[in-house]
Amino acid sequence: MSGARRAWMAVERFATASLVGRLAALAVTIAVLVVLDRALSRLLNPYVFRILMLCGINIVLAVSLNLINGFTGQFSIGHAGFMAIGGYAAAAMTTYWGPAALKAFAAVGLAGGIGTSMLFVLALLFGGLLAAAAGLLVGIPSLRLRGDYLAIVTLGFGEIIRVVILNLDFLGGARGFPGIPRYTNFFWVAFSGVVVVLVVRNLVSSAYGLAFRMVRDDETAAAAMGVDTTRFKVMAFVIGAFFAGIAGALFGHYLIYLHTNSFTFMKSFEIVIMVVLGGMGSIIGSVIAAILLTILPELLRSVQQYRMVFYSALLIVLMLTRPQGLFGSGTPFGLGRLWSKRREVRRAA
Amino acid sequence: MPKLVLEDVHVHYGGIKALKGISLEIDAGEIVTLIGANGAGKTTTLRTISGLLRPAAGRITFDGADLTRLKPHEIVAQGISHAPEGRIVFANLTVRENLELGAYRRRDRDGIRRDLERVFTLFPRLKERYSQNAGTLSGGEQQMLAVGRALMSSPRLLLLDEPSLGLAPILVRDIFQTIREINAQGMTVLLVEQNAHMALQIAARGYVLETGQVIHSGAAKELASDERVKKAYLGE
Repeated sequence: MSGARRAWMAVERFATASLVGRLAALAVTIAVLVVLDRALSRLLNPYVFRILMLCGINIVLAVSLNLINGFTGQFSIGHAGFMAIGGYAAAAMTTYWGPAALKAFAAVGLAGGIGTSMLFVLALLFGGLLAAAAGLLVGIPSLRLRGDYLAIVTLGFGEIIRVVILNLDFLGGARGFPGIPRYTNFFWVAFSGVVVVLVVRNLVSSAYGLAFRMVRDDETAAAAMGVDTTRFKVMAFVIGAFFAGIAGALFGHYLIYLHTNSFTFMKSFEIVIMVVLGGMGSIIGSVIAAILLTILPELLRSVQQYRMVFYSALLIVLMLTRPQGLFGSGTPFGLGRLWSKRREVRRAA
Repeated sequence: MPKLVLEDVHVHYGGIKALKGISLEIDAGEIVTLIGANGAGKTTTLRTISGLLRPAAGRITFDGADLTRLKPHEIVAQGISHAPEGRIVFANLTVRENLELGAYRRRDRDGIRRDLERVFTLFPRLKERYSQNAGTLSGGEQQMLAVGRALMSSPRLLLLDEPSLGLAPILVRDIFQTIREINAQGMTVLLVEQNAHMALQIAARGYVLETGQVIHSGAAKELASDERVKKAYLGE
């Protein structure tokens, strides 16, 4: 074993073994992200920075959808709907209640940056929770439907959300929702990305994770083994929708304007493509595919009107050569082999 | 005294009536077999007992507890384990992982280890293959794995659905021999089989199903020599 890996494992053990370790790891992560936040927003040109932010938001979307589609095997194509709910809910909160909330925070001594950060965290959570509630609503029909039928229901659900928002005047309706404060910065995007990756990774590599994968591989056999399949399907939907809502909230507070056109089923498909391309059930795959598919259309700007042709052709070639996706081994981080080796060592000991 | 009782159980698939009032009883320590042609309702009966299907009417009790409205995972917790038809194993997981999944609801490590040893004693082939992916096993081995996995939940009643399906004759004999062994260790077994001949050899009692109803029942030996049963299901 190399020295670097041994050092990393020691760090990992310290960071996961105790509460102190966990808090230390959290503090280090936050510090690193804050520094990166300051540095990147100054060093990068605005165009590159914007792509970076969209990459981050897409990572949150892809990894959270992977929990539903890839790990639990419930084919959902309504992720943009959850994203819309989170985006609009959070935007409504910061726009309508934001000024009053900021004043209240200032009154208790939380002025300036801390106050806005508090408000934004609350808005992110509000968006996430509303989206999670919607996830619960969609999760319930998923108990009875499988495969294509579920896909159709989730597709319809996403469109219903979009059309409802389009007709809500206080959310701007067809004019769109302008004047959202720009609270999203690199820190919040990256932090959300880290959280979603950690949450999904911990979920699927725990005893729970086995249950998710059993439901995916064979629902009947899973039930016969004593897995409460209903619970895991709903749980996947709720958690996945929560993070989609957060992604929506980040999106709205970055563009400072929301329109329902951003949440059509094309957006849902885009996220599904990221999950499939990265590999169903691979977290690192989702992350890399999200980055690739965000950057690719930008790189293809040089071929102008043939852009979508190239994009589609690339997808087709990739699917023909690697139908299981870039990292479709079925294990998070593609570390499956390392993982099982360590487990065997522990068993032998 | 674990005893499974079905009283007048009806099950519908949409408008199609699959079970039209099945009543049967299984006493502790017995092997009872359900025999009958395709579509008679044998598999439906097992799936209803294990909660994968909901009865439209009737009552199922096990050891006095009412199972009729319980969900599959709650029924596993009651001590009933189902090895579904068609040797459904998790193909991407190893033999050992499949067996460990059978003990999904258990927390007693020592008991799990003991049961794992027991399964390996019953099916030595599984021990040879234990770190291999289940998808790479032969049909017979996958069937052994499905039965072994069902045993891992430490059930009081084992539901076996067509354990001999698609196996070579010599393996069929082996698997029936093992079922008898499992029963001799005290396990109650409800066995669904198309191979009525073999099933009646190891069972104490049997029920003959036809289009969702019990048409005969009795001691296995009597059924095996019953002219009507012989004609219809034993091919004699």
